[in-house]
Amino acid sequence: MSAPRNPAPRTLFDKIWDAHVVLSRGEQCLLYIDRHMVHDGSFHAFNMLHSRGLKVRRPSQTFGVPDHYVPTHGRSAADAATPEIRRMIETLESNLEANGITRYALDDERQGIVHVVGPEQGITLPGLTLVCGDSHTSSHGALGAFSFGIGQSENLHVLATQTLWQTRPRTMRIRVDGRLGAGATPKDVALAIIARIGAGGAVGHVIEYAGEVFRAMSVEGRLTVCNMSIEAGARSGLVAPDDTTFAFIAGRPLAPKGAEWDRALAAWRALPSDEGARFDSEVALDGGAIAPMVTWGTSPEDALPIDAVVPDAKPQALAYMGLVPGTRLTDIAVDRVFIGSCTNSRIEDLRAAAAMARGRKAVVPTLVVPGSGLVKRQAEAEGLDRVFREAGFEWRHAGCSMCVGINGETGRPQERIASTSNRNFEGRQGKGVRTHLLSPAMAAAAAVTGRLTDIRAMG
Amino acid sequence: MDRFTTLTAVAAPYEPANVDTDQILPARFLKMPRGNGKHYGGFLFHDIRFADDGAENPGFVLNRPEYRAARILVGNTNFACGSSREGAVYAFLDAGFRAVVAPSFSDIFFNNCLKNGVVPVRLPDADCAGLRALLAARPGTEFTVDLEAQELRVPGGAVHRFEVDGFFREMLLKGVDEVGLTIGLLAEIEGFERRHHAANAWAAR
Repeated sequence: MSAPRNPAPRTLFDKIWDAHVVLSRGEQCLLYIDRHMVHDGSFHAFNMLHSRGLKVRRPSQTFGVPDHYVPTHGRSAADAATPEIRRMIETLESNLEANGITRYALDDERQGIVHVVGPEQGITLPGLTLVCGDSHTSSHGALGAFSFGIGQSENLHVLATQTLWQTRPRTMRIRVDGRLGAGATPKDVALAIIARIGAGGAVGHVIEYAGEVFRAMSVEGRLTVCNMSIEAGARSGLVAPDDTTFAFIAGRPLAPKGAEWDRALAAWRALPSDEGARFDSEVALDGGAIAPMVTWGTSPEDALPIDAVVPDAKPQALAYMGLVPGTRLTDIAVDRVFIGSCTNSRIEDLRAAAAMARGRKAVVPTLVVPGSGLVKRQAEAEGLDRVFREAGFEWRHAGCSMCVGINGETGRPQERIASTSNRNFEGRQGKGVRTHLLSPAMAAAAAVTGRLTDIRAMG
Repeated sequence: MDRFTTLTAVAAPYEPANVDTDQILPARFLKMPRGNGKHYGGFLFHDIRFADDGAENPGFVLNRPEYRAARILVGNTNFACGSSREGAVYAFLDAGFRAVVAPSFSDIFFNNCLKNGVVPVRLPDADCAGLRALLAARPGTEFTVDLEAQELRVPGGAVHRFEVDGFFREMLLKGVDEVGLTIGLLAEIEGFERRHHAANAWAAR
């Protein structure tokens, strides 16, 4: 009898991928999709589905929530900024209803940004494949799911078949060891990584985040980092599920229960990358060297520690941003602050912002938009809404809001916004708007000082 | 999807690296309907292409007379990064583009191209830089993108080999409907699904 063969060590990603390949055609794998989330931008996919006379193949594995177009000052489609925007919300509603898809409607407290709702409801679980027609679907990897953003044609393909043709991505491990520097948060870790590897540094790769910093990080923080994976070009980000993950999932509405939970837990504990598993590339950062970060340009890779100066680089970006090389980042005055988005709108983000706002006053207009109705309720139960209001911040309902501005909430040309969102692209928050990306605490500090501020000096 | 075999057309250079899909299709156009005579061609690079008063920005490459007929774009690294919006590909397609050449593409845009009959051609960084320089020096130059031979040909003899995954190349060459093809595999999908859900009941819904 031959000795049992030792299977080759595999990464977390390998294990999930291998378990979902229906069949292969050359380099292409037909990948089974466990969970599909749709939002109010998914209308092209539904139009194509209906015009072909097709039905949603697995409505029970499909979940819908309006987020991109929703008003944040009211909870009715009638509150939408324009009739066209209202139509986007109503179209999603009718598409979800017509297809028997679980929906979290605008007036449902469970409504929120799709990447906040998935983990919150237990839709996102370790070991699953999850897709959504939004690039920030990389977020869900924080729970150990392989999740990635897709286009509308792929959206249609999943609605019709519950599968996708995919090329196997390469793997990259990013280790961050040590303890984060003073004032540094998961957002700063994400920006430091992107500044290091570049906006295209992880194209074609799935990143696994490893090391002491991620082990010590909450699920909310991991969601922030995985969310920003796409800003380094990655297909997705992943963090190995651990007891922190399991504690986060336990009791969620759609999480397994009872004996099923025990079986799931056993499966999830086998997911982390095996000792000796090979990654196509490896990157390492020292957590202790990561400081509070802010972007100065028009790509998320244009990020520096807050105590740095505007570099002499990318003249077109500097012209758009209205900045001169050599200017101290802390000398840059802002006109507005936005706290929210799928990157930073969870309860921990709001707590960090409120801690900075407490007892202080905003000197520029500041918008706080929670990630979901449930986050909003939790924040209110903790009195955070009162802290924000007393500081002169506006406290709104859940949605994507000023991250992408397609609900009508945009800045004005040349307006400078300190924003906890994920993209500082030209025009992202409105035509001509200048965006500086930073953490929730840094954003709240900017709100009360009126300029980019080093929170380490705030006390 | 319209099939793609060979295209000979004017190519235009687009210099910036990390061009994001917010530049290619500003978000406010995402809610626009498409089909029944409505198209996205006019939205392509809208806020760079047009001034606030709606007049064309004469400095923008696609507004220059020599590039008006362009159907091939030669871009730079990490082309079309950012948002997953397929509208970015609709904008290229509806403006007449059937091929985009770049050293690297965002994964989502790359896939979106394949689903819409736009050929994403990956060539080495230095080759792309050379092609952009050539197009800038000789505006109006026509390139040939030959998907069957997997070659990009430049007048004067230069031939650049590229590769498109065989599965998608076949689909593009024949104009195969991908959803239809997969629906033909439904028995396999159902079999997989039964086994997958039996082994991982916690994952089933």
